[in-house]
Amino acid sequence: MLGKLTVDALPLYSWVAMGGAVVTVVGALAVMALITWFKWWRILWSEWLTSLDHKRIGIMYLVLALVMLVRGFIDALMMRAQQAVALNSEGYLPPDHFDQIFSSHGTIMIFFMAMPFMSGLFNIVVPQQIGTRDVAFPFMNSVSFWLTTAGAGLVMVSLVIGKFSTAGWTGYPPYSGIEYSPGVGVDYWIWSILISGVGSTLTGINFIATIVMRRAPGMTLMRMPLFTWTTLTSSVIIIFTFPALTVACALLGLDRTLGMHFFTNDAGGNMMNFINLIWIWGHPEVYILVLPAFGIYSEVVATFSGKRLFGYTSLVVATAAIGILSMTVWLHHFFTMGSSASVNTFFGIATTIIAVPTGVKVFDWLFTLYRGRIRFTPPIMWTLGFIVTFVIGGMTGVMLALPPADYLMHNSAFLVAHFHNMIIPGVLFGYVAGFMYWFPKATGIILDEKWGIRSFWCWLIGFYLAFMPLYALGFMGMPRRMEHYNVAEWQPYLIVAALGAVVILLGVACLVIQLIVSVVEWQKRRDHTGDPWDGRTLEWLTSSPPAVYNFAVLPEVGDRDAFLDMKQRGIAYRKPDRYQDIHLPKNSGVGVVLGGFAFVLGFAMVWHIWWLVAVCALAMWVAIIVRSSNDDDEYCLPAAEVEKIENARYEELAHASPPGGEDAPGVSTTPLQENPT
Amino acid sequence: MSSDAAIDPGISGQAAPDAHEQRAFGFWLYLMSDAIIFALLFATFAVMVNNTAGGPAGKDVFSLSSTFAETMLLLFSSLTFGLATLATKAEKSGRVLAWLCVTFLLGLGFIGLEIREFADMVEAGAGPDRSGFLSAFFTLVGTHGLHVSFGLIWILIMACQIAVKGLSVPVVSRLSRLGLFWHFLDIVWIGIFSVVYLPGIL
Amino acid sequence: MNTASACRQLRTATTLGLVLVVAGCGLNTAPILDPKGPIALAERNLLFDAVGFMLIVIIPVFIMTFGFIWRYRASNKKARYDPEWSYNGPLDAVIWLVPALIIIILGVLSWINTYRLDPYKQLSSSVEAIEVEVIAQDWKWLFIYPEQNIAVVNELVFPSGTPLNLKITSDTVMNSFFIPALGGQIYAMAGMQTRLHLLANEPGSFVGKNMQYSGAGFADQYFEAIATSQADFDTWVEKVRQSPDQLDASAYSVLAKPSSKHPVTYYSAAEPGLFDNIVVKYSRNLGRPE
Repeated sequence: MLGKLTVDALPLYSWVAMGGAVVTVVGALAVMALITWFKWWRILWSEWLTSLDHKRIGIMYLVLALVMLVRGFIDALMMRAQQAVALNSEGYLPPDHFDQIFSSHGTIMIFFMAMPFMSGLFNIVVPQQIGTRDVAFPFMNSVSFWLTTAGAGLVMVSLVIGKFSTAGWTGYPPYSGIEYSPGVGVDYWIWSILISGVGSTLTGINFIATIVMRRAPGMTLMRMPLFTWTTLTSSVIIIFTFPALTVACALLGLDRTLGMHFFTNDAGGNMMNFINLIWIWGHPEVYILVLPAFGIYSEVVATFSGKRLFGYTSLVVATAAIGILSMTVWLHHFFTMGSSASVNTFFGIATTIIAVPTGVKVFDWLFTLYRGRIRFTPPIMWTLGFIVTFVIGGMTGVMLALPPADYLMHNSAFLVAHFHNMIIPGVLFGYVAGFMYWFPKATGIILDEKWGIRSFWCWLIGFYLAFMPLYALGFMGMPRRMEHYNVAEWQPYLIVAALGAVVILLGVACLVIQLIVSVVEWQKRRDHTGDPWDGRTLEWLTSSPPAVYNFAVLPEVGDRDAFLDMKQRGIAYRKPDRYQDIHLPKNSGVGVVLGGFAFVLGFAMVWHIWWLVAVCALAMWVAIIVRSSNDDDEYCLPAAEVEKIENARYEELAHASPPGGEDAPGVSTTPLQENPT
Repeated sequence: MSSDAAIDPGISGQAAPDAHEQRAFGFWLYLMSDAIIFALLFATFAVMVNNTAGGPAGKDVFSLSSTFAETMLLLFSSLTFGLATLATKAEKSGRVLAWLCVTFLLGLGFIGLEIREFADMVEAGAGPDRSGFLSAFFTLVGTHGLHVSFGLIWILIMACQIAVKGLSVPVVSRLSRLGLFWHFLDIVWIGIFSVVYLPGIL
Repeated sequence: MNTASACRQLRTATTLGLVLVVAGCGLNTAPILDPKGPIALAERNLLFDAVGFMLIVIIPVFIMTFGFIWRYRASNKKARYDPEWSYNGPLDAVIWLVPALIIIILGVLSWINTYRLDPYKQLSSSVEAIEVEVIAQDWKWLFIYPEQNIAVVNELVFPSGTPLNLKITSDTVMNSFFIPALGGQIYAMAGMQTRLHLLANEPGSFVGKNMQYSGAGFADQYFEAIATSQADFDTWVEKVRQSPDQLDASAYSVLAKPSSKHPVTYYSAAEPGLFDNIVVKYSRNLGRPE
């Protein structure tokens, strides 16, 4: 009846594991109790969970990302604590538990922190930035979100029922095969990735279609803001490479569940196939994540320097070049498999070539700062921290791209330091910069600057403390994923790294405090203008938060910095003579239903509860059929209603300080021709 | 200012055709992504074709006659779907339904033959757990078979929709995407026939 | 440009800089920075060269970043403000060409050295090489000396100054064989055979380990690699030959079972062809053709 599921699945094997389970369950119950107490269920369901409004879906993505960031970060703290104490001893975590933690840390941070964070920013920003009312497929957007959430849910459930994988976030076979990992951990990993991977692919399709088909009139490709460009490139990489992840995980699942021999040691399996497949996805994934962050840096640098972006064309070309090159370098993750010198040379050189467009981007940002008027707000602080730190990661990346040097550094703490050096200052700093930059747009509340800056410094200093010692440890020959060790010289470095993690913890705390302080003081932090930073791109034209339709009248784009151009021509806030009816997608609960059944389906697959698998699959089919037969999925917002909302907006604008007042740089009432180009 | 309407394609009536164009484009993107899944399964098969681990190879288990029959059924189903599309253009819903039914039956025949082929192989001890080669074979061909099965369900749904709603704009739009999907599967099958079966038999 | 001499100068400069940092961090004895064999030394030098070339870009980035943000801070009204300045042809060319040039140089370096340091390449030496077959197991290393017909667990002894030819496979999950002081690592994979060629300059004792996570006993999967004089090596071989244990099929199957912190064990004889049998056991016509 319950497949492999018995009472033994409860984490009674250690106090630490039980603690994790209890915290998870109590946390979930507490959230539900709060919602019940405040009687929020109805509003939560009708206004949020079933919403097809891209801005609300975006905010839900961000909530998911932040919750999973905390979870993944707790994993990181536990690992650092273990390695700081585990000299000649077992530390406080047995290998079986430590190995689950590094596996879940990587899985969560990539799939359930970075990916949702990215999708959330796509959703909040891109439609507004290209001047449209919604994404191309609003319902599919909701399905993407709920599938991602279902995957994250599976990872969380593995804390309470059963164990998570111990095979690392890339799950290399044959170790991850049924012979060497007989438990359910790897299955949790496979199903959480397969389910959320479908969500990511759908997101990719959605944003390509949105950007290609729904741009406002006048917005040619070469007038698209950089964030839109990077979203487009990132989405293209998604639909090209996520299939590889799906295939890799599905074949591993077939090996484990049906006894096939794709990656087993015996009967004709070949583990290197999996390793090729996972990195055909895995390396481009780095660029899927980092390109949007590059887009954010581009927006932030231009806005807070009060200056046009330097080298727009170069930045676009570099973005596309990185996108294409990203798919030609995967083998550098296993130079040490004994491939021939010519193969290694090819992939080594292809990898170093990526440094060229990336370097160009860095210089373009620097020359945007040049002759600007830099306002040191939190978003640009994260950006500046990124530039300085990221080049170090770029340098160590090129070192690893030289095959003979990689033979020395592969699989070592140096490698761990390198990719964290790319992902934390590269990706996460960018997303946090985007979060602080667009938070007023999404919610109408300007975040507290003081706590934002504090968080930045804690993250930056914490990053250096936590990861520079790992570079050194790599030179000392320390492998990654060591549960304990017997080399006394390593310990001082590991203690410093643990301290670094604590400083980052302060940074996370500052983020949370910033959020709480800002929400509590929301009344005095309201953004009445919709344009708190003196913005340059179209998303700042809408109110904060935007009306459900974003734009009452779709804007006409005349320049790369479309909104700045409108402000300079004095037409940004021109009131139209009349409004028209607007058609918008109706709410739908089918996304939630699909996500819910996908979650149960994954759970049933993990535990081999076959009847439940069949029930869920059938239910999902029925839900899809019902939804797809529905022709009446839009509602009409009457022109009178639109007018009422817009009038309130103009009322608010009139009372607010004039957007882009005299002292703000970049925008002025002075005519355009006075600025020499 | 009446020019507002001109520069605003999102307003009211003009949104509808736009939406179907988007869906067609989005569906092409999906097909591209799916094609990559098949490409990777083809590559996996190519890498593993000799990994028979002492078990049967292609020539031992493939039968030319059944494969030929499968191919014919699927090719003809593509033709009959094309006829359904032509009938759609002519707005003859009865004829569309008839051709869809023929397509469905041909597809069902294909799946039936495939299931029999798989069952015979498993019976003969050449199941997917026998060797890496057979794992790759069953997964590649089975994935295509699953797609065809989904296509069959989709044909049924579209038939119901035509019967109930007639050839309305959304129904025709869905039918066109189903057509893309069905022809796509035909192309994949030609790949399977020439990469998997032909070299195996010859 | 003469790449070799440029490399040398750069390396001197980089090394000087790095030495300061390294000594400050107490890293001067780190095995990768202080190699004990020609392979590891060449690999490390490549690392230093690369750092040197990249600093040509990175140092200006640092200077520009700090310079620009100080000079163009909003409160500094004296600095020129040019909100429309967004393109400059020559500058655009420079920021593409300089990184491209450096990458071309690094590409050439990478090309030459990847061939030169191919782990499959035999080392040229006047001394005849010693052959050792390496089998990764859960969680230990088995070394078979076919010429001496002996086998050892978790201890690799060989004469210094003599090229060490290793054939490597795995009888379990993927492992990665690594002696940091002597040269780079290579994977050990079941059903496949990889090769590694190393050389120790002088007698000494080094740490060898598995770098690829392989399960619960991974943290303890290391061994001692000892380079000796030829005479000491011969004595050691004699000592191993005195062992009462022999590595036949049944002894092997006992040994292959997972075990942690396996003590150093000597076998006075090994079944002939054992290594090849382990590879063939998982055979499916894979691996790099010899």
